[in-house]
Amino acid sequence: MALRRRKPDALQGTLDLLVLKVLSRGSHHGYGIAADIEATSDDILRVEEGSLYPALHRMEHLGWISAEWQLTANNRRARVYRLTRAGDRQLAEQLEKWARLTKGVAKVLRFA
Amino acid sequence: MGWMRRLRASWWPTDKTFDEEAQFHIEARTRDYVERGLSPEHARREAERRFGAFTLARERTADADSFRLISDLRRDLGFAVRMLRRNPGFAFMAVLCLTIGIGANAAVFSWIEGILLRPYPLVVDQQRIYAVTGTERGTAGNTDMSWPDWLDLQRSSGLVDAFIAEKITGTTLSVGDRAERVPGSIVSANYFDAIGVHPILGRAFRPEENVGRNSHPVTVISYQTWQNRYHGDPSVVGRTQMLNGLPHTIIGVAPEGFFGTFVGYAFQFWVPPSMQPQFNAGVYKLEDRSAQWIEGFVKLKPGVTMEQAQAELSAVMARLEAEYPETNRGRGIRLFPLWRTPFNNAGAMVPTLGIALGVVIAVLFIACANVGNLVLVRAFGRQQEMTIRLSIGAGRARLVRQMLTEGLLLSAIATVGGFAIAQVLRNGLAFLTPPRGGIVLRLPGALDWRVFVVSWGVCVGATVLFAFVPALLTSRVDLASALREHAGSVAGPRRAAWLRSVLVVVQVALSVVLLVGAGLLIKSFQAIRAADPGFRTTGVATTSVDAFTAGYDAGRARVFQDELIDRVRQIGGVESADFSTTTPFTYASVASATIAVDGYVPPKDQQPTAEYNTVGPDYFSTLGIAIVSGRAFTRGDDESAAPVAIVDQSMAAQFWKGTDPVGSRVRVKNDWRTVVGVARSIKSRNLMERPTPFFYVPLRQNPAPVVSLHIRTPLPPAALGQTLAREIHSLDANIAPGELITMREQVERTTASQRIAVTMLIMFGGLALGLAAVGLYGVMAATVAQSTRQLALRMALGADASHIRRFVLLRGLAMAAIGAAIGAAIAFQTTRLLGYLLYQVNPRDFPTFVAAVTVVSIAALAACVAPVRRAVRTDPIEVLRA
Repeated sequence: MALRRRKPDALQGTLDLLVLKVLSRGSHHGYGIAADIEATSDDILRVEEGSLYPALHRMEHLGWISAEWQLTANNRRARVYRLTRAGDRQLAEQLEKWARLTKGVAKVLRFA
Repeated sequence: MGWMRRLRASWWPTDKTFDEEAQFHIEARTRDYVERGLSPEHARREAERRFGAFTLARERTADADSFRLISDLRRDLGFAVRMLRRNPGFAFMAVLCLTIGIGANAAVFSWIEGILLRPYPLVVDQQRIYAVTGTERGTAGNTDMSWPDWLDLQRSSGLVDAFIAEKITGTTLSVGDRAERVPGSIVSANYFDAIGVHPILGRAFRPEENVGRNSHPVTVISYQTWQNRYHGDPSVVGRTQMLNGLPHTIIGVAPEGFFGTFVGYAFQFWVPPSMQPQFNAGVYKLEDRSAQWIEGFVKLKPGVTMEQAQAELSAVMARLEAEYPETNRGRGIRLFPLWRTPFNNAGAMVPTLGIALGVVIAVLFIACANVGNLVLVRAFGRQQEMTIRLSIGAGRARLVRQMLTEGLLLSAIATVGGFAIAQVLRNGLAFLTPPRGGIVLRLPGALDWRVFVVSWGVCVGATVLFAFVPALLTSRVDLASALREHAGSVAGPRRAAWLRSVLVVVQVALSVVLLVGAGLLIKSFQAIRAADPGFRTTGVATTSVDAFTAGYDAGRARVFQDELIDRVRQIGGVESADFSTTTPFTYASVASATIAVDGYVPPKDQQPTAEYNTVGPDYFSTLGIAIVSGRAFTRGDDESAAPVAIVDQSMAAQFWKGTDPVGSRVRVKNDWRTVVGVARSIKSRNLMERPTPFFYVPLRQNPAPVVSLHIRTPLPPAALGQTLAREIHSLDANIAPGELITMREQVERTTASQRIAVTMLIMFGGLALGLAAVGLYGVMAATVAQSTRQLALRMALGADASHIRRFVLLRGLAMAAIGAAIGAAIAFQTTRLLGYLLYQVNPRDFPTFVAAVTVVSIAALAACVAPVRRAVRTDPIEVLRA
């Protein structure tokens, strides 16, 4: 297991946080999550699909989110993700971490 | 659910979730783009571009979905299976070698487990149970214990939980019209409670059943007897069963799988001590402190060591010696761990099993060396593959793991095969051991989880031996030079050739050791078979005649015996015949008695004893035992005549110190007897024993209802048997004749341990030699193949065929010679471990060593023939041009 380093780095953490946040407002399929992040950030943030799906599957195994195949409005099968209670707690934790991180970064930027 | 799916995905990476999700993703974005005004084709292209590297995303998702270790293992295994399939010859050879090695080990472990470590199924707390025998000051062997001593020990000991008295006995049970000799046991009343075995029907014995003279005819029968004779009848308790001619009430049925506490036999019934006289031809021993008959066990209290118990019980015996000097002078007690129990087959099996273990471990090493050789050959064939994989960034650990996986796969298959072999060989020991007194020995191997664990350990150990070392070697490739030079000539092969030669040397050495062992044992076996027991073995048949079971007392039996012997002597072809109470070379214990000799003063604290036999007047002439002084017994030496005895040469030497004993007196128990003759010493238990003092008393002065009948005749036993049975039945239809066999057969039954050891060493020695020859052949063939260029050069420079032949042959024989020298040196140091199995053979017997080395040399020569021929046929022009 230790053969490949997969420690969640800052960017990875950010993607997790964004996904959790989006899902806290309601369940979504993968594309919906990506589109939501892009739309709410006015296209400043673009989600790499190469990272999104591994992240979704990983968070699913961690139990933060759960997935279910559902039919969309135009009768297509889509895998829809939903925040679990554990995911909710995770979101709160990561929000706090993020707040501390940005606060710290802001302080450094102000006085540097 | 998450980890379950993940686990499944690790093994079967067929999850299509990602593909469908991604497809949906791209289509959704395409629709978005179309809504924003792009053409459908453009939108599709743009959406796909945005998605990026599809395969990479899929792989990364699959990684998130699986456990890496498992999916790697799966990939390695798949690869290993493909590699083995592509090399079926290699796979077959390797699996065959390993199966033989592991199977032989599993079989021997199962014997050790079943016979030495867990000999008594269902018996609880075996680690607290120790075997007990008596000792006699001044002599080395063990004796039995007397019942009064046993009770006194029980009363005085504080460290022992339970004293479990036991004496093997037997009876004839009739099943339908067939009589069957079955073993049983006299056990103290606490027996079943102490060993934690509870009857499945009825009850165990009660304390009062320890006391009395045939006063409690009750028995607990075995599960097997219950099934076979009573067809599992649940109302069997309370019914009666004839045992030795007396009806016994069945009070209980032992649980299935309980065979008693005597290695080698499956007991069929148990009776309490109060029935002892019935099973000892009417002699009552429970109140006789001089009657030694108990072979017992002690179950120590938790936490007590054998040494503590030994000290306590020895002190009690010393006290008894002071209290009862007449009977107990010189008597002591000795404890043994169960696996060294001297009075059952465990003690006899220890050296045999020890040798078996040594032999199979050697065979396993040889097998591993062979497989290691094969792996090395293949590994260097794959050098290029390895080099390329390393150069494109595969981790070295990954390569080693890949090769280990292949090795493990091989040994796992071999372990399964080995277990199948062990299953077949489980009863091999019983098969090699002849029945004793018509009772088939039960010497089962036990294939339980412990044997399984050990075998797996052996399997993993073997894998490390034959796969890990080559893996390490071949994966240590100097990339720069390997890629610079052309394929196949990397630095590896030289190191590999060296290692392979070492492996062959090890194989040859081990083969020599095994062959020397086999040779010594064959020689010893021949010596044993040629050894003179002191009596005639050819043309003498022997059987038993049990009148006691048919209800005769000693007096009536005498009349019956007189009539029978007259009839037997009149059967055509019978030259002479007579009775004795014991037959030489049977398992039945030889009677012994305390003696005193006129004019002989024993050391102060010792009480001389000697073994004896009670015989008819023609016993000596029938068995061809020479009377060297005085006379044999006559019909006149009967109850009304003066008591007489005949002593053997070793007794005469020990107690009369060179003077002729004829005419002087010897006291046997309480009777003074006149010595009328000196007989030649004979062996009475096995061919290897040293003579011990022995004497004879006439049957008429010491009548016994159970006797052996010896007949001197040129007729084969099969022909005589029916006539004899007819004669016996015409006298009394209730008396069943025993098995009639020749004395030769009787004697050979005692050489079972040697026969097992010889069989095993010849079998495995031959196997080892074959494996070593294959190994040598492999190395020589590879050497020739690798040095074609060198050979071609030599030829081109004018070397002729004989030069080439010598050149190649020398290399092969050098390896064999080094191996043989090492093997001979090892054998020189270790053959004395064969111990008592060697009879009249020097463990460093020079001719045997020479023979073993010669055999190995011939095998080595044979292994070199084909490679040499190939070398000579090298075409220098073709090779050098290539």
